[in-house]
Amino acid sequence: MLSTPYKNATICLGLLVACTAPSFSDDSVKVTQKGKQFSEKQLSLKAGQSVLFVNDDNVAHNVYTIIKGKKQDLGLQKPNEENSIAFEQSGTYRVRCAIHPKMKMVVKVE
Amino acid sequence: MKPKISRTMIIFVTVIAASMLSSLANADSALMRDGFKRPTDIPFPEENGYTDAKAVLGKMLFFDPRLSRENNITCASCHNPSFAWEDAQTTSVGTPMSRLGRHTPTVLNLAWGELFFWDGRSESLEEQALGPIQAGGEMAQDLDLLIAELKAVSGYVDMFEAAFPREGITAENIGKAIATYERTIVSAKAPFDHWIEGDENAINAAAKRGFELFNTKAKCASCHDGWNFTDWSFHDIGLGDADEGRYEVLDIDVLKHSFKTPGLRNINERAPYMHNGSLATLEEVVEHYDSGFVKRASLSSEMQELNLTKGEKHDLVAFIKTLSSNDPQVSLPKLPN
Ligand code: HEC
Ligand code: HEC
Ligand SMILES: [Cu+2]
Repeated sequence: MLSTPYKNATICLGLLVACTAPSFSDDSVKVTQKGKQFSEKQLSLKAGQSVLFVNDDNVAHNVYTIIKGKKQDLGLQKPNEENSIAFEQSGTYRVRCAIHPKMKMVVKVE
Repeated sequence: MKPKISRTMIIFVTVIAASMLSSLANADSALMRDGFKRPTDIPFPEENGYTDAKAVLGKMLFFDPRLSRENNITCASCHNPSFAWEDAQTTSVGTPMSRLGRHTPTVLNLAWGELFFWDGRSESLEEQALGPIQAGGEMAQDLDLLIAELKAVSGYVDMFEAAFPREGITAENIGKAIATYERTIVSAKAPFDHWIEGDENAINAAAKRGFELFNTKAKCASCHDGWNFTDWSFHDIGLGDADEGRYEVLDIDVLKHSFKTPGLRNINERAPYMHNGSLATLEEVVEHYDSGFVKRASLSSEMQELNLTKGEKHDLVAFIKTLSSNDPQVSLPKLPN
């Protein structure tokens, strides 16, 4: 059992982290969508890292990825919206925009 | 004296400002035009590079009725060069004379495509070509029977050998030859292209205003961009029928009722329009985009009411018509017998 001061400290620390942490962890990678293209064609990540997809375009996008038959769908992203995908499993992911299939990239996770 | 100077100043400043503004506007329209330059080369995939032998063979197959079960339908029955590679039908008629669910799209400029069919269910032209040959409602042919039939024609045996040394007649090679021919089907230069190249008289003032609208107020270029006027994207533009389109292939919500954005080259020869052939004229198309679309959850976020004036609608259509080229006549190939 933690003593009260300790508990408080933990809560404080927790809050502090929650307040100051950016919306994605430090080792997350940013990929922008502009001119109906991803800023990267290929990425190499460590398992657990995430990618923040930012829509810098003036049209909406919808990023999704499939690995081993499992689909992750970021849903509709309007201009200026951002959202991230965590790449938990190792393997090769194909990332694509469901609306603009010419927008595609490969993410290798180890 | 004083007022005179300031008047001169005012005129001077106004002239400067006006000329700055107009040069800004010119830069804008130059920028707009930049994105529409024609490519110089046709892209062919590494796995199926271009050779004359493949293209010549592919053209024969495209125009050969023996590819269909009843030896009565060719690819060109529906993708007819006389109608800019469509069939002028709402939805097309196949074997045995049954109506298909969707309108025949053009095969113009597909070398630059990404996914094929209205719903993008095919990943390549090679794979696509084998679809209609076998499809019950189209050519209804069994691939093994077709291969046997072609092997019995010595001219084809020789030509497959020339195009695909030591491989000969296989389903895969039928697909490769047809795809190679299809990639050579490219629309020629239209008045619009001459204008892009700097001939100011190639299109009239209404069409130039229409081009501006296409890129600005009417927002057409958010989907119809680039020299072929498509980014090959999928959208629900609110046609309102029950066909779920790409969603049946990939179940992502935004794709409900979405279809591939067609290129707009030679479009005034390609009526009727849309995946279901439901719009008969370009005027109806413009009305649809202005305010005629069905608002439902899957409607593309790029679709908004445009409030175009009568004049603006006219200009938009005038512009779209400048995308039609006077393509050289397609000659029918002599087929081996
Ligand atoms: C009976 C009419 C018919 C015949 C015959 C036919 N097609 Fe089609 N074709 C269609 C229709 C309708 C579609 C659209 C179907 C869909 O998207 O669901 C289509 C789609 C296509 C597409 C996709 C175009 C795009 O923009 O994605 C290509 C390429 C094509 N056909 C080539 C061929 C070839 C090659 C043949 C001959 C082997 C052929 N077709 C025979 C009617 C026909
Ligand atoms: C949200 C993307 C989008 C916008 C914006 C858009 N289009 Fe389209 N366009 C499409 C799609 C997708 C289709 C095919 C829809 C279908 O058949 O379901 C299409 C079809 C067409 C067709 C018919 C093509 C054919 O082969 O039948 C024409 C013509 C056309 N659009 C012109 C325009 C014009 C003009 C504008 C601007 C007023 C415009 N489009 C704006 C996506 C768009
Ligand atoms: Cu996109």
